[in-house]
Amino acid sequence: MSNLIEEIALCVESGKVNAASPYPPNMKGQPGSDELTKQALEEGVSPDDILNKSLVVAMNKVGQQYSENKIFVPQMLLAAKAMAASMQHLKPFFQSGEVKRKGTFIMGTVFGDLHDIGKNLCCMMIEGAGWEVIDLGVDVQAEKFINELNKHPNAVVGLSALLTTTMVNMGVIISSIREKYPKAKVAVGGAPVNLDFAKQINADQYGKNPQELIGWLDKIAV
Amino acid sequence: MNKSLILLKILITLIVDMKYKNLVITNPSELIFGQAPHPVETRRGLKIGGGQVYAELNFTLPMMSINNDTLPDVYRHYREIAEGALTRAVELNSQGVVLELETLLEMTKTPQIGIEIVKIMNGICEDFYQKHGLKSEIRLTPNDLREFERPAKQRTSALLDPMLELFEKGALAGGDLLSIESTGGKEVSDEALLMCDIKTIVFALSVLGVRDMRFLWKKIKAVADKNGKIAGGDTACGFANTAMVLAEQKCIPRVFAALVRVISVVRSIVAIEEGATGPHKDCGYEGVFIKAITGIPISMEGKTAACAHLSPLGNIAAAAADLWSNESVQNIKLLAGMAPTVYLEQLEYDVRLMNEALKAGKLETRILQKLLVDSDIYTDPQALILAPENVIRISNALIKGDTYVANARNGALEAIDIIEEALQSGKLKLSDLETGYLPVLRDDLNSIPDKESDFIETMLPMLDQSKFILSEYGL
Repeated sequence: MSNLIEEIALCVESGKVNAASPYPPNMKGQPGSDELTKQALEEGVSPDDILNKSLVVAMNKVGQQYSENKIFVPQMLLAAKAMAASMQHLKPFFQSGEVKRKGTFIMGTVFGDLHDIGKNLCCMMIEGAGWEVIDLGVDVQAEKFINELNKHPNAVVGLSALLTTTMVNMGVIISSIREKYPKAKVAVGGAPVNLDFAKQINADQYGKNPQELIGWLDKIAV
Repeated sequence: MNKSLILLKILITLIVDMKYKNLVITNPSELIFGQAPHPVETRRGLKIGGGQVYAELNFTLPMMSINNDTLPDVYRHYREIAEGALTRAVELNSQGVVLELETLLEMTKTPQIGIEIVKIMNGICEDFYQKHGLKSEIRLTPNDLREFERPAKQRTSALLDPMLELFEKGALAGGDLLSIESTGGKEVSDEALLMCDIKTIVFALSVLGVRDMRFLWKKIKAVADKNGKIAGGDTACGFANTAMVLAEQKCIPRVFAALVRVISVVRSIVAIEEGATGPHKDCGYEGVFIKAITGIPISMEGKTAACAHLSPLGNIAAAAADLWSNESVQNIKLLAGMAPTVYLEQLEYDVRLMNEALKAGKLETRILQKLLVDSDIYTDPQALILAPENVIRISNALIKGDTYVANARNGALEAIDIIEEALQSGKLKLSDLETGYLPVLRDDLNSIPDKESDFIETMLPMLDQSKFILSEYGL
């Protein structure tokens, strides 16, 4: 049983999605996270253990390797794909409430702004850290964040912007959110954003990079 | 083969092959700053590529919203930028300046805003010309609004109307050099950049990008001709510059970013095939290949663009520049003055040095170029491929095939050869993490067929077609 937990973790770390996936070449033909998760559940491994002892652990390792410049983003994306394949099998357990994630993170690039590479990376890494991520995409108005908060009132919100003329929209969105959800936690990030600005617009956190953001999220999730 | 596939193949064969079959500049020693075989002369007398380098100042607003309430402030900022920069240019005995107005969303969506800014800045340019004899022009670069729709409707979007209105009326208001950083293919390339998926990058740029460039540049060229203006060029900012910035942030390998730059040439050259005459735009840094192949003058940016993004190309990017730019700087106060004025000064000192070398003669010019090249060349594969002798090698590969796809592949393979030779010689040093990508990238490139229709056929099943609309590319 513990072997399967470790094998799934190895598949996620290596980006091995399923038996058909060609990557990594040294695992060609071997079952991936997809098949092994299915097998583990059939053999009675707890879905909670699969999530927290296998997937989250593996993604943490991958995130750490990335932070230390030992891998590039493509390896991390492959790991995220392998994790997503496992998560498909865990979906019914999330829906039934048998397995819980650390929390919900709603993220989007603010209205007027289309830049989403940084946002996409954040979403992927935060999901890998055990959070449910709702990605609202780009050019997102305050109402859309509020609509999503209505469904997930305890969710944390993440705002991204890359332009000096759109970063101001972060403040507008935070004000709108706080009118309805005064205690909602909001993090901001993006090239022109800094800690001073984050404080100025009453954001709870400035995420310099995804790893910092995950560290903060994990603290407030406790 | 089903009927739709047959039709697709017929449509593909209707695409004309790349026009350029020979390089205009064949000798690396002739690929030099300030001199282009086909210089461009502007209304107020700048001779870009005609024997001297000029500063091209790029700028943007500081942190602020653009709405009806803030419009007076927006206009004030652009007035202040132009006046401050041109005043300093006169004080530094500048021989000429290009001011690039790269519009923000609101200025293109409501073209009247962009047009008003051009009018303000053009008035200042004219005033300085009359009073001080300072030659300056405005490069008008509307942002590509189409990417606001996802998937983008490249050909049928209503957002094309305000873009073209800004081109037309902005040109009449004094925007003499028309340019854009168009985004055709970006729906596909963004994810491919993060996955280091070189085949999808080739598809995005040499299939989708080429088609969109042809569609868009016919229109831009028509506007330029109708109004007696200059069709400048279209740089692969959202592709090659994005790749470089991602590499700088250690998200993707530098070797991959170098190849993306080379591949982007086949897309950017379409503007010239459609009649653009230069100056080519700066931030994709692919202009040196465009200059070698077509002979048009180019704008480049390097160390002076550190205000907008870091790069490993600070000096080498200047080696063949005809305009020397700073990418973009906010209009904020620095100790010395407003940032655009400060950057104008930095650009001016760089171009003054290059112009002094040009005045001194061929030997001095080559010595300065050699120093610019040698100081960067082996610090990064992206710098390596910009060295004049490597630009000529790669440019030859970029034109030797019959299709854009084959040329993109050939250019990238040549770049890999150059990187591997430099590694073998011990002059270029890269981590195992970087070099590990080279054989994978080579294999992927080698698997790309010559025929575009064959390539499309193999790629389409592998792509997420919910992200782009084939018919919007004429496919």
